Amino acid sequence: MSAHMQPSSRGGTLVMVLYLAFLILPIYWLVNMSLKTNFEINTTVTLWPNDITFEHYIKIFTDASWYSGYINSLTYVALNTVISITLALPAAYAFSRYSFVGEKHLFFWLLSNRMAPPAVFALPFFNLYSAIGLFDTPWAVALAHCLFNVPLAVWILEGFMSGVPREIDETAAIDGYSFPRFFIKIFMPLIASGIGVAAFFCFMFSWVELLLARTLTASNAKPIAVTMTRTVSAAGMDWGLLAAAGVLTIIPGALVIWFVRNYIAKGFALGRV
Amino acid sequence: MDKPVNNRAWLLVAPVFLIVAFSAIVPIMTVVNYSVQDTFGNNQFFWNGLGWFQELLDPSTELGGRFLDALWRNLLFSAIILAIEVPLGILVALSMPREGWKVAATLVVMALPLLIPWNVVGTIWQVFARADIGLAGWAINALGIDYNYTGDPLAAWITIVVMDVWHWTSLVALLCYAGLKSIPDAYYQAARIDGASRWAVFTTIQLPKMKRVLLIAVLLRFMDSFMIYTEPFVLTGGGPGNATTFLSIDLVKIALGQFDLGKAAAMSLVYNLIVLALCWVFYTVMTNTGTERRQEENPA
Amino acid sequence: MASITLDGLAHTYRPDPRGPQDYALKEIDHVWRQGGAYALLGPSGCGKTTLLNIISGLVVPTRGRILFDGRDVTRLPTEARNIAQVFQFPVVYDTMSVRENLAFPLKNRRMPREAIARRVEEIASRLDLTPVLDRKASNLTADAKQKISLGRGLVREDVAAILFDEPLTVIDPHLKWQLRSSLKELHRALDLTMIYVTHDQTEALTFADTVVVMHDGAVVQTGTPEELFERPAHTFVGHFIGSPGMNVLPAQVEGRTAHVGDVAIALDRAYPALPKGERIELGVRPEFATLAAPGTGLPVTVTRIEDIGRARIARIEIAGNPAAAMVPEELSLDGDRAGLTLDPRQVHIYADGVLVPGVPAPGEAAGREGAA
Repeated sequence: MSAHMQPSSRGGTLVMVLYLAFLILPIYWLVNMSLKTNFEINTTVTLWPNDITFEHYIKIFTDASWYSGYINSLTYVALNTVISITLALPAAYAFSRYSFVGEKHLFFWLLSNRMAPPAVFALPFFNLYSAIGLFDTPWAVALAHCLFNVPLAVWILEGFMSGVPREIDETAAIDGYSFPRFFIKIFMPLIASGIGVAAFFCFMFSWVELLLARTLTASNAKPIAVTMTRTVSAAGMDWGLLAAAGVLTIIPGALVIWFVRNYIAKGFALGRV
Repeated sequence: MDKPVNNRAWLLVAPVFLIVAFSAIVPIMTVVNYSVQDTFGNNQFFWNGLGWFQELLDPSTELGGRFLDALWRNLLFSAIILAIEVPLGILVALSMPREGWKVAATLVVMALPLLIPWNVVGTIWQVFARADIGLAGWAINALGIDYNYTGDPLAAWITIVVMDVWHWTSLVALLCYAGLKSIPDAYYQAARIDGASRWAVFTTIQLPKMKRVLLIAVLLRFMDSFMIYTEPFVLTGGGPGNATTFLSIDLVKIALGQFDLGKAAAMSLVYNLIVLALCWVFYTVMTNTGTERRQEENPA
Repeated sequence: MASITLDGLAHTYRPDPRGPQDYALKEIDHVWRQGGAYALLGPSGCGKTTLLNIISGLVVPTRGRILFDGRDVTRLPTEARNIAQVFQFPVVYDTMSVRENLAFPLKNRRMPREAIARRVEEIASRLDLTPVLDRKASNLTADAKQKISLGRGLVREDVAAILFDEPLTVIDPHLKWQLRSSLKELHRALDLTMIYVTHDQTEALTFADTVVVMHDGAVVQTGTPEELFERPAHTFVGHFIGSPGMNVLPAQVEGRTAHVGDVAIALDRAYPALPKGERIELGVRPEFATLAAPGTGLPVTVTRIEDIGRARIARIEIAGNPAAAMVPEELSLDGDRAGLTLDPRQVHIYADGVLVPGVPAPGEAAGREGAA
C-alpha cells in the first residue's frame, strides 16, 4: 500500500514534464525527419513535414540489404539471450545457495567482464572467431556478447533467487523431487519475473552494442545498426533514410519495455532492492 | 548469510565459467602475445619485450602522451557525467509519479533511450544538434549563439555530455526509484509525526535507503562512461582534432585503423587493468554495504 | 493532554461508495478519555488501522469529524496534531545515533539545544535506553528500536495521545511481556492517552482499561476486559475473545426456556420482544459450562477431552451442535455420555448476532443485571 507515500509536489510535476520533454524531443525530431523528403531536410528546418513521405520506410522494407540487417540483428540478439539465460540459471543458483571454493573470486571475475571495455576485445575477437570459422555469422556476435551478458544475467538472477527462501528447496527435496525436476517445475516459476528481467537486459545490451557486432561481421550477418552507417551516397548524406532506419531500431526496444515495465525498476537495481 | 559449503556447486557454475573464460581469457592471451611483439606487416612478428609498455607509460613519447591525454579526457568525462547524472537522476526519481497510468507511461518513456542502439543514439544527436538540419543546433544559432559541435571543441564536449545525460540519466533515476519504492510507508508517516521537513525526509530517510542502489548506479555509470566508444564516435569521430578522443576511440584507432597491434595490445592491457582495479574498489565497497544491509530486517 | 472525540466518523477508500459494504470504516461515535489506556482489537481488515490513521491525521475521513479537546482537527495534517505513533515495524533513522533519533522531533520543532539534551536524557532513562544513547540506532535489536520510536513520541511534551499500531509484531515472544509491562508503567506515570491497536486478545486485555472491539468496519463493543468476557455484546466478541471462544448454538426461545434441538435450557431472563424472522442463538462461554456425570443437567455427547495444562476442556455435542465445556478435576467418565450444567446468569441470547438484553423475571432480585 503506497497510498501514503509522499505526494509528488507541483515542483515534482514540473521536473518530470521538463525531463520527459528533454527525452522525447530528439526522438520526435528523428521521427519528424524520417517523414520528410531529403530536399525539405536540406533546405529548411520545419517542426513537422510539409510534404509527408513514406519513401524512406518503403525503401527499407523493400530493399533486402536493409531489411536483412534487422533480421541479422534480431537473430544474434535472440541467440545470445537464450544462451546467456540457459547458462546463467544454474550458475546463479549455485551462487545464491552454496558457498564453494573460489566463490567470491569467481563472482568478482564474472562481474569484471561486464565492465571490460569492448574496444579491448574487438581485435582479439576478430582473430578468434576468424580462426574457428564463425566470422560473419550471427553465432560470432551472439557468443561475443556472452562476455558481458552472461555475467549480467548471473548477477540479476542471483539477486532474484536470493529472495526465494531456502526452505522451498528443502521441502521439495523432502517431497522427493530430483534436482532438475525441482529446478524446472518449482524453482523457475518462482523466479519467472527475474528470468524475464534478465532476458530483457540480455536483449537490451546485445541490441544496443555495436563495436563488437561491427567487427565480427562483414556482409552476411551485418546488423542493422551497421547498415545505417553506410547511408552516404554520391548525392551526400541520405538523412531521411538514416532517420527512418533509426526510428525502426527504436521500435523493438519500445515493445520489449512495455512487457517488463512493472519490473523495470527492480531489474535496473539488478534484483537487489 | 550462512550458505552451506558445497564444492559440487562448481558443476553448476562450470558452463558459465567455460564460456566466459573462452570469451575473456583466450582473447586476453592473444593481446598479451601481441603486446610483447612488433610487426612490419606480412604477419611477421618480432620480440619486443616490454618496449610497448615502457613507451605507453612514458608521457614524453608519442604513444605515452597520447594515452595519458585520452585517459585524462576520459576521467574528466566520467567525472562530469557523474556530477550531472547522479543528482539529476535522484531529482527525477523523487519527482516520479507514484501511482496510476502515469507510472507506466513515465517508466516506458524513461527507459526508451536505454534501448536504442548506441550508434543510433549518436545519429539521433547528430541530426538533432547539427546547425544546418538539427532542431537544437538551429535553435541555438537562431538565439544568436555561435554553436557548431564539429568545429568547436567546447561545443563538442557539451554536446557529448548532454547526449550522455539524455542517454543514461534514466538508468540512475530508475535505480533510485527502485530504492525509494522499497521504503515502507511507516517511515514517511513517522517523519510527518516527528515534524520533519521535506529536506530532512530526504537526508534522513530517502538518501540512506538509496545508498545501495546509488552505489550500483555510480558503478555502472562510471564503468560504462569509462569505456564509451560508439556514441561519440558517431557524433564527432573523436574530433574536432583529438578533443573528444576517449580511451576506447583511441584504442580502436590504433588497433583497427593503423593496425599497430603491439601498441594497441599494450594499451588494451593497461586499460583493462585500470578498469579491473576500479571495478574491484567498487565491488569491495558494495559487498560491504550489502552485508550491512542484510543485518537489518526488511519489512515487506 | 486531550480527550479525543470521534463524531459520526466514516471512511471509504472508494471514490463512489454504493452502500455500507464499500466502507472500510462504518459510522463511529466514540470518546477516548484523557489519560485512558485503550485497546483497539479486531482481526486484520476490520478497519482498525484505518481508524488509527484517521486519528493520527494520515487519512482524512470521508465523513464525520474528529475533535481533540473539542477542537476540530479533522483536516489538520499529522504534524499539527499532538499525537505520536509507534508502528508495526520499528521505524528508526538508520544513519543517526539513538540520541539523535530521540532529539529529532524536538530539533524539527526548533527547541533550544540544552532543553533538547535534558529532555532526551530524561526520556532515555525512563525507557532504559541510556546505555545505548550513543550507539547507531540501526544496529540495535527490534525491541530497542520500538523503544526508540516510542521515545520519539514521548520526548515531545505537547503529546496528547500515543497510538500503537501492533507494536509487538516483530518482538521476540519472551520480550513482548516485558515491553508490554513497561508500557503500562509509562502509562501510569505519564498520564497519557494511549490507543493500542492489535489483533491479539491477550495483548489487548492485559494492556487496556477499555477495549474497543471492531469487526467488519464497525465497533461491536466497548468495555472493560471483564465486560467483554462476561457480556459479549455480539457473537463475534464471544468468538474472538476467550480461548476457546464462546459456544454459540442455534436456539428457539419461549418464555424463560431456550430449545437447542430437543434440549431445553432454562434462562435467567425472559425475552418477550425477540425480533421475528431473525437468527436466534444462545451463547455461553465454556468457562460457565461444566461437565457432570450422566443424568445431571443437560444430556450431551463427549467427543474429546483436551488437557490444556491448568484445566481440562471437553469437546461436546449438544443435540448435534459442537460446543466446549470445562471438566471438573474430580470427574471421570466412562463412554461418551455426560451431563452439562450451565450458570443461567451467563447464558445470553443473540438475535442476528447482537445481544438481546432480556427482562429479569419478576420476583427475582430486580436490577441485578440491568439491561445494557
